[in-house]
Formats: sequence, structure tokens, C-alpha cells
Amino acid sequence: MLTELWNDAEGGFHPASAPDFLPGSALREVQLRRLRAVVARAYKNVALFRSRMEERGLTPESIQSLADIQHLPFTVKTDLRDTYPFGLFASPMSDVVRLHASSGTTGKPIVVAYTREDVEVWSEVMARTLASCGLHRGDILQNAFGYGLFTGGLGAHYGGETLGATVIPISGGNTDRQIMIIRDFNVSALCCTPSYFTHMIERARELGVDLRELPLRIGIFGAEPWTDGMRRHIEAEAGIKAYDIYGLSEIIGPGVASECSAQEGLHLFEDHFYPEIIDPETGEALPDGEEGELVLTTLSKKAMPMIRYRTRDITSLITEPCACGRTLRRMRRIGRRSDDMFIIRGVNVFPSQVEAALLAVEGTLPHYRIILTRDQGLDRMAVEVEVTPEVFSDKIKALEDVRTRLAQAIEHILGIRVELRLVEPRSLARSEGKAKRVIDRRNEGK
Amino acid sequence: MSVSIRHSAATTVRYPIWDPEAETRPRPELEALQLERLRELVSRLATVPFYRDQLTHRDIGPHSLRSPADIRKLPFTTKDDMRRQHPLGLLAVPRKALARIHGSSGTTGKPTFVAYTARDLETWSDLCARFLVSGGLAPEHTAQVAFGYGLFTGGFGLHYGIERVGATVIPAAAGNTRRQIEIMRDLDPEVLICTPSYALTIADTARELGMDPRALPIRIGHFGGEPWTEDMRREIEEQLDIDAYNNYGLSEVIGPGVSGECPARAGMHIQEDHFLVECLDPETLEPVAEGEPGELVITSLTREAMPMLRYRTRDIARLYREPCACGRTTTRMSRVAGRTDDMLIIRGVNVFPSQIEEALLRVEGTTPHYLIEVSRPSTLDEVHVKVEIHPEIFSDRMDRMQALCERISREIHTVAGIRAHVDLVEPRSIERFVGKAKRVLDKRDLTDQAL
Amino acid sequence: MKLQQLSLFLENRPGRLGAPLEAIAAEGINILTLSLADTAQFGILRLIVREWDKAKRVLEEAGWVVNLTEVVAVDLLDRPGGLAQALKILEGANLNIEYMYAFSLRRGDKAILIFRFEDPDRAIQVLLDKGLHVVDGDELMSFVS
Repeated sequence: MLTELWNDAEGGFHPASAPDFLPGSALREVQLRRLRAVVARAYKNVALFRSRMEERGLTPESIQSLADIQHLPFTVKTDLRDTYPFGLFASPMSDVVRLHASSGTTGKPIVVAYTREDVEVWSEVMARTLASCGLHRGDILQNAFGYGLFTGGLGAHYGGETLGATVIPISGGNTDRQIMIIRDFNVSALCCTPSYFTHMIERARELGVDLRELPLRIGIFGAEPWTDGMRRHIEAEAGIKAYDIYGLSEIIGPGVASECSAQEGLHLFEDHFYPEIIDPETGEALPDGEEGELVLTTLSKKAMPMIRYRTRDITSLITEPCACGRTLRRMRRIGRRSDDMFIIRGVNVFPSQVEAALLAVEGTLPHYRIILTRDQGLDRMAVEVEVTPEVFSDKIKALEDVRTRLAQAIEHILGIRVELRLVEPRSLARSEGKAKRVIDRRNEGK
Repeated sequence: MSVSIRHSAATTVRYPIWDPEAETRPRPELEALQLERLRELVSRLATVPFYRDQLTHRDIGPHSLRSPADIRKLPFTTKDDMRRQHPLGLLAVPRKALARIHGSSGTTGKPTFVAYTARDLETWSDLCARFLVSGGLAPEHTAQVAFGYGLFTGGFGLHYGIERVGATVIPAAAGNTRRQIEIMRDLDPEVLICTPSYALTIADTARELGMDPRALPIRIGHFGGEPWTEDMRREIEEQLDIDAYNNYGLSEVIGPGVSGECPARAGMHIQEDHFLVECLDPETLEPVAEGEPGELVITSLTREAMPMLRYRTRDIARLYREPCACGRTTTRMSRVAGRTDDMLIIRGVNVFPSQIEEALLRVEGTTPHYLIEVSRPSTLDEVHVKVEIHPEIFSDRMDRMQALCERISREIHTVAGIRAHVDLVEPRSIERFVGKAKRVLDKRDLTDQAL
Repeated sequence: MKLQQLSLFLENRPGRLGAPLEAIAAEGINILTLSLADTAQFGILRLIVREWDKAKRVLEEAGWVVNLTEVVAVDLLDRPGGLAQALKILEGANLNIEYMYAFSLRRGDKAILIFRFEDPDRAIQVLLDKGLHVVDGDELMSFVS
């Protein structure tokens, strides 16, 4: 195996990274070949895609060049919900080796599938991600992304394994133990959400542990938006290089794009994921460099190909060559979205999910407000709900019970803990038109 | 033998054997292989100072071993040895060769650690594939893993085992039972993997949601991670309309995969080509007669990264060596019927009372007077830690008192990894004992009386 | 002007409330008022008694955990709006109330409020400045004798 022959020296080149350096023309060739194959596959096996193609009078043969992708129909998040669970599968279940799931926009989950080849591609792009962030064989990688149906944990895990690193699959939570392990095991690289790492920095300080004095040198952060200010803080306080990575379950999980040593934009693994930038209003393609919504097509996914998936993430593409030598195009960090989704502790949340939970408990939708705060680096979500006469009781226990049921219903859908506060009727501001449901105070006072 | 077989089809059900060569090897060949591997192990241990010193001291080398029974010449390894070698003093390969590090609970807040090379991970996947297949997992199946993934080995061995077999994995991880049931209902897994008590929780929750748990798509369950009984098996099989299989393992030697049941369900087949298992009287450390209860002592013959020599598991079980109806030639072990130490297994997590004590010590002003009450009100273990109130920590403000409970509960979670209810009780209400205090009141019924 | 309030930790199970009250009654100590805050598992009993130091000693000797807290008593006319007026004053002065409870005296038209403030001294100053009647220990005892 190539990996075994590979020189471990720091900054060494990992064989998995070879496609990162494909000459542009060769890359376009690979992309076109794979695009035609994936369109043919989806057309043959996915009824929804075929009918949308037929409506437009398209067949797989309509794709003659990469530019022809613009004629293809978009796929949107609600398509995953509407065809749940198996409607977008392009492989029989016998070829599927993994299912992941996440909650959709209304509490109804969405599911994504992988064949053995898909898991291999995923492991490969994650190994390329880690290599691009400076990891090499023999590095000790502490993986503090959550494991389970969320793709973050297992994605990074398989990537680390493919790269030849030692993986500590600690998953999220138990910050004291995370810090103890960083220290005791000479952990050299760590992945988690950037907000969780800032919390780790705070906690380490309380415990009298100076992260700057430990061998930890690389932080791989993703699953939520963050800023260059946060990067500077993390790098200074922990004495590491902090890299941004990008991905989403619908496409594959983490491993869609990653920063490199230049830390100026995230290289998209274009040989597997074809990027476009569109105007979110009109759906028209925008020229390179202009800001718009990122649309991705999975070029090699077998179990669940995504054609022109609208990510709702707003960014722009950088086509200039990168100092690191990678020929892959880069995207700028994600700063905002074209919908009302927000991300807390790496979990995507839509206000509509919270509404679905409140409605399920109370029967009618009470007035509510979501408040996001950051306490010692840790994101917290509180939901304030006005007490209605229907749920009010003079018994503390009964009110506590209502509070618990509301909190549990929300936690059930989102999978994260929330603080639920009952507030007095009419105490939450009403607004004309669209109510302001989310108050994000996470970046205040910084 | 007192283990009864409920399942009427058990005698007729016949699943393929994953690795026929390894699992049905004639005993003499198996024992020759064990001896060869034991000798190799003893040579490899020369690189581990902890073992080297002891072996040199006893003047033991590979040549001293003439049969697997000669293992009795070798020294034991205990949990304390692992703790003293924190973090990776027992490593038998260079650190760079490690592919994975897992933890197992320690007797204090510090877990003990176990390490794997890439080949160890291959072996582990293979061993899990063996028992999963022996209990009916087939490549066309979908399996829902409702074990926690993370530092502890629970979910990973099984995840990779299913992958090895070629079935579909749903890595649901632990918790959020309603979601587990939705996934089950929507994605049609035939196989469920979790702790036995969690299987009953799933059945309960399904009924609460107005569903018939027997109508769930699950047909086979592979359960482990905590002690359970034949009565529980009957309950689970009845409530979920499935066949339930038991498996056994511990992180210190590999994780799940040490042994597992076949359709005969007359004990769990020990993967003896990889583990040499002894059953000893915990007092005299002499072997007990076949079929008698004793402490399992396990030597991992093939582990590269961190081999264990005669690891004292503290688990009490019985061994049966007569051939099994399924055709496997391996020794079988009974369910675990108890412990020789005070370790508790709560919702699949190993907990030592000393960890609870350590958590209390982290909260200023708490007294060392506490009692751990473990119960299983319906299907899930519940822990109440009773803590005596004390003037230093008492406040007239309710919010402060509630914050105190939460703080203690959080420390217990940090140290021991379990969520416990903290009950503040009046001073001197916890019984004082002369000599060794009784810290644990375990109200669960976890062992078969018949065993 | 401040009053001494005793607070006791009690487990929330039948019969727990009676025991400490009996213990102080047996010593002939009069209880002026009490309030109980409880959760499902435990409660905090707060007491204003005539001889707080003796009561504290009696209770502690009997094994209870007892705290001493300084609280402030305010005398209001027992008529609509009296409480609201007092609270408005406190709110205006930005005084934080940790908790409060009230009792009426049978023989008069008095309503007594017991406040636990973060900063009782400043609270007393504010209340006096606004012309409210802050009741001290001796006076409170005289109301009930």
C-alpha cells in the first residue's frame, strides 16, 4: 500500500492528496466524465429526478459539456423530506452499507445513504481534508465531533483512519476529560466545532492547563460558521493553526471543502463535488468571484446522487491559483445563509422545527422566541414560551411538567439540550409581518 | 447445565458460520494454535517493561510453555496495573503504529486506556462479524446500532463488525428513544444492537407512542454491555417478537467480540483462537472445576498494540467445554453472574463507587456520607445518589439548593459518565457502618438464580 | 431593623414538617410566621420565631441543618394596592428581592411582608426614605403578644 511507503516527515505529501493537484484540464475531463455518469445513474434510478428531466425535455445525453449542468433541475432540502426515506436512493438496499440521518426543516428526518464505494470516497476526501490541514501519519487525532447519525464524527474518524493517524474517538462533551486526554496523550490534532474549542480553551485555563505548552498543533473546525476573529483568538490562545472545513450530510458529510496551509479560502474537492454559485432569487448562475448561493453536484456518489443541490449557504468562488499549489478552486468561508436556518453546536436548526415541537405539545402554537447565547465559549439555546391559560396551573409541579414536556419535545427533534423558559402572556414582542423568532446574541460583547 | 432454551426454533435455525476454519477447529489443533500464539505473545511481551520485569523475575520465556495450561506460570494483570501504567505504559508497539485509542472506565475519574493497531482493528471487526453472523446477521440486513460511540468501545466493534459482514449500518448511537423508534419504523432494520435493558425501553416507548412493539421490523437483537437474565431474554423476545442473542467482551482485552451466542443459545462461544480464558477461584486463584462459577481471567493472544496477560476481569461466570450442537468446537461461557469487586454496570456504563466519591469531593462542603441507590423502575437503570446536607452547603434560597444538586450531578457525569439524581437528605440519615461502609444499594435483579 | 430568620432543610416526605415545629414548641418558643418552599425532593422551611437563638440551638441539637438569614419586615395596611405600592418602590430603586412572603395579623388591619434582599441595609434605607414602615424585631413581637 502506498501509505506505508510514504515518508512521514512533517509537511510530507500524502498520496491521497494527489487529485488536489490535477492540472485544470485533466480535472475538467474527470468532472465531465463523472457528471455524465452520475446524471445517467440518477436518471435511471431516481424517479423524481427523471420526471424533472423529462419535464424539461432532457436526457442524460443532453450533457455534452460542464456548462450544460445549468440546464439540469435543482434539488432542494424539501425533496429529501418529500421522498423520505428511500425515494432518492439510486442503489438497491443490498448495496447500501450505511445510513445517516438528520432532522429536516419540520421535525421530519431526512436520511442519506452510502454504498461501500461512497464510504471509501468519503474516507478519501476526509483524508485529503486532514492532509490539507497538515496532518500526517502518526499524528494523534482527537475527534471531538459527535458520533452517531450526525456525519461529523464518523466522517472525520474514517478520514483519520485512512490517513494513518491514531484516532481517539472521544466524541463531544466531557470537557475536563477532553483536556486531560490532550495533555496525557500528546494529542497533535483535534477536530470539533470552533465554539466548542473556544469553550475548551476557557476550561483549560480554569484547570491550569496551558494548551500552548502542549504538542497540540492543528485544529480542524467545522459544522458551524465562524470568523477570522475567532481564528485569531483560537490560534493565539491554544498555540495551534486553526483550519476551517466544510461539508453537509446531503452531499456526503464533512469532506466537501477544506482550507490549506494558506488559510485563504476552502479548496473544494471538485473531482467529487461540482460547485456552482447562483443568485438565490432567480436561480441564475453567477460569474466566478460573485457572491451567491453554493450549489453542489455529487459527481461520484452511488447510493444517493445529488444533482445541483441548493445548499442555501452564501459564498463565492476563488479561481486564482493558491499558494499551496492545489489546483482545486476555493470557496470563501460561509458567512450567512439564504434561509432562516442557524447552527448551534454543529446542529442545524430551523425555527420551523421548534414550532413543530411546541405545536405537538400544546395543540396550538404559542408565542415563542429563540435566544442564542454564548457562555464561556459554549453555545446555548433558550426557548421562551408564553404561558397560555390552557397550560397554566397553580401547582409548581404541573408547570414544571409543562416546561419539561416542551423542552423534551424540542430536544427530541433537534437532538440538543435547550433551556425552556415559561414567560408571561404577551411579554414577547409582537412584530408586524414576519416575527423575529431568533435573537442571536452569540457574538455580542466580543 | 441450567441454561434453558426458550426459542422453539433454536434447534432448527441454522445460520452460516463466518469463519468455519477458526470456529470449528478440532480441539487438538486449536490448543496447538493457542500454545503457539501464547509463546509468540510471551516473546512479544519482552518489549513491555512491566511484563519483561515480571517474566525475567520468574525466569519464564517462550520455552517454558509446553501446553496452554502452562499459562498458570505467568503473572496476572489487573485494572490497577493498567492505572499505574497510565496512559499507555503497557504498549507493545511504537506509538506511531497505533490506529485507535479507546478508554475503559477506571476506578477513579481517570479512565484506563487501550490501544489498537490497524491489524488489531481488523481482528476486532472480524471477531464481531463472527458472533453477529452466528446470531443471524446476514449481508442483506440493516442493523441499527443503539450503543454509544465514543471513547468507550461499545458501538465501534459492532459498527465495524456489521460493516465487515456487508450489512447496512445505521449508527443511531445511544439515546433519544423516540427517534430510535422512528428510524426503526422508517428504515426497516432487521437487527437491533444495544444493551438488553435498552431493548425493553424501546418496547415501552413504542407502546407509549401507541405502537405495537411486536410490529417493529426488528427480528434479531444482539445485546451486551451489561448483565441480564434468562427472564429478561424471554421478556425482550416476547415484547419485541425477536430472537435475542447475548454477547460478551471488555475494553481491556478488545471490547465486544470476546464471546457470543449461537442459535443453540447454550452459552457464549469464546473466540479461543484469540483469547485464552481461564476460570479461577478468586481467592485461591486455582482453576475451578468445569461448570463451576469462577472469575474469568483472559489472555489476549493476538493483540499487537496492547496485549493483556492473564487479565483479571472480576467477572464471575462458568465455562462449558463439551461440544455444542451448532458445530463450533470452542469453549462456551455462561452469562456473567456477578463481580468480585464493587463495580456497577449502569445502562451499560461501568461505574465504581470510588468515582462517585471522587465527584463529591470536587464539590466543596459535601460530606463523605453518601449512598448510591440503583434501581430499575421500569426498564432503564436509575441512580439516586443520596448526599447528606451540611451547614456549609445549606442555603435558605431554593435556587442555590437546586444549583447544588445540579452541580453534584454534573460532577458525577464528568467523573463517572452517568446521569444520576442527587437527593439531598437530612444529616445523619444515612446509616453509619463500623468498618467498611455500605455505599451501594442495588435493587435490581440481574442474575439468574439458577446459574 | 433587620430580623433574624431561621431556615431549615427538610426532606419532602410525610411528617418532616411537623418534627421541627414540635421541637421548638416543646421549648415554649412561639412561631410568628413560617413559609415553606419545596421541590419534589426537598424543602426549605423558613421561620420567624420569638427567640431565634434558642430555637436555632434547639433545632441544631436535634440534628437539623439551620441557617440564619437577615430579612426585612414591612408593615402595610391590609388593603388593596398596599403590596403593589411597596413593590413599585423597590423596583424603582433597583433592589433585588430574593424571595418574599406575607402574613396578616388577625387583630388589626396590618399586613406584614417579609423580604429577603440581596442588600438588606440599602433596602431598609430606601423603604424608610419612601416613608414605609419597616418593622424591627421588638415591634413585630409586640404585634402578636
